[in-house]
Amino acid sequence: MSPVNDHYIKSKGLHLNYSIITDMVETGATVLDLGCGDGTLMKMLKDKGVFVSGIDISEDNIVKCLEKGLPVIQGDIDEGLHEYPEKSYDYVILNQTLQSTEKPDYVIKEMLRVGKKIVVSFPNFAYWRVRFYLLFNGKMPKSKILPFEWFNTPNIHLLTIKDFYEFARDNDFKIESKLSMTKAKIRKSLFHRIFDNLFTEEVIFLCTKI
Amino acid sequence: MNYVETKYFKINEPISLESGRELKNVEVAYETYGELNKDCDNAILLLHALTGDAHAAGYHEGDKKPGWWDDMVGSGKAFDTDKYFVICSNMLGGCKGTTGPNSINPDTGKEYGLTFPVITIEDVVRVQKKLIDFLGVKKLTVAGGSMGGMQALEWALAYPDMVSHVIVIASTPRLSAQSIAFNAVGRNAILSDPNFNNGDYYHGEKPEKGLAIARMVGHITYLCEEAMHEKFARRFQDKDSPNFNFDIDFEVESYLAHQGQTFVDRFDANSYLYITKAVDYFDIAKKYGSLEKAFENTKSKYLVISFSSDWLFPSSQSKELVNALMRNKKDVSYCEIQSPCGHDAFLLEYETQTKIIRSFLCLQ
Repeated sequence: MSPVNDHYIKSKGLHLNYSIITDMVETGATVLDLGCGDGTLMKMLKDKGVFVSGIDISEDNIVKCLEKGLPVIQGDIDEGLHEYPEKSYDYVILNQTLQSTEKPDYVIKEMLRVGKKIVVSFPNFAYWRVRFYLLFNGKMPKSKILPFEWFNTPNIHLLTIKDFYEFARDNDFKIESKLSMTKAKIRKSLFHRIFDNLFTEEVIFLCTKI
Repeated sequence: MNYVETKYFKINEPISLESGRELKNVEVAYETYGELNKDCDNAILLLHALTGDAHAAGYHEGDKKPGWWDDMVGSGKAFDTDKYFVICSNMLGGCKGTTGPNSINPDTGKEYGLTFPVITIEDVVRVQKKLIDFLGVKKLTVAGGSMGGMQALEWALAYPDMVSHVIVIASTPRLSAQSIAFNAVGRNAILSDPNFNNGDYYHGEKPEKGLAIARMVGHITYLCEEAMHEKFARRFQDKDSPNFNFDIDFEVESYLAHQGQTFVDRFDANSYLYITKAVDYFDIAKKYGSLEKAFENTKSKYLVISFSSDWLFPSSQSKELVNALMRNKKDVSYCEIQSPCGHDAFLLEYETQTKIIRSFLCLQ
């Protein structure tokens, strides 16, 4: 499920992303990680004293999680989380995966049902380099975070920060906090806050149901 | 692995059974592979399926075929005998060395036959526990496929402090009506064999036809449509046209006949009756009120594996088990292996299973 490529996994960006999310979650909380990949984030959370459980579609990732001693269930998050009762986890996390789900609206709805809080992160398609790539090259943008060709990309539902705000408004959920990152650094300057959608490479949202 | 041999353990005290009856002089046939460590916590108990035995791995002297799970048990394999002390015993009610209906009843000096008490998975596990204590094991992993998975679950629920890891493969917390129905057909075939003689056939003709039919039905449920088509399609056996009589025409008929015939040479019809009944009765949801309640006090780590084409113990039943564990916030992992082999996959798809099981056990 995890669409990020090896290059990106090794990059600082993802590690920063992992530690930001780990900082967001308090010790003793329960976390369900959707599209948990090789379990790196889950491991960091577990080491902090968080109860973790992951879902991933790939057998290889199941093996990698098991090797780290992490509980993981093979499943397709696009099919929903029917078997998970309402508000059964403190946090449901969808890290760098929203853009590759088939039904992102349904996935978020299910996350909001099962989790008291949800954490969603994705690459911002309105980042200026992405815009410039399309504008000057006239081709589908590629970058460290979006390394795929148009025909083989798992990122089938790319979106922007602005899109996500609109989506939250239309679907009645509240954005509690947002962290913007560019080039593996958290960006908080006034300039950045004004031109957020233009200068943010990736973003992490913490949301709750209204 | 070198030659192995089956050992025997006598239980001195009588065993109380779930039915309220008692069994005296119970003997258990078992094999072990690898060494028990100083802390006595590196044991893995393998639990065999319906017609298995204690001989899980290695070769008996003079045998050409290794034990039933040899692909999975040994140095560097899924159940690594360099690291673990692996134990496998024949189940209570079986006919491969452990006390069962073909054993001599000490009170009468005759085979039990149908006077053998009806046993349950709980009873089977109680007897295994005696063996585990006798071997000095303090902590263990339990692992089994099909009916073996049921025993693994029973172990985890009955002895939560002793069981560190539970591996449940192609199994279920309870049989569906459909699976009970197939077992009923098998039992009926045995019971209606003219040689059955109310289970008292040990000194005369055996109910071979009934037992063979039971096995044929069983074999159909262990495969699946795709596997059967792959194996036999509609091919005729050793010819190109039909016989126009009721002899064996098709390859699939010949296969089933062969499976039935080889089975009667190695299995006791009474054991088949008792063991299928134990499987039918197994229902932890009923016993504990609900599946969720059943797992409230379990402390083990669980690994559940199912196979995509298994319709006898389908993935949906494994998922039911996983969901109950998950709702209790237990440490549970689940994998559905893509396989065209039906229920039999748990004995065949050893490469993927090895990868998954080894990684599950690696931090132990």
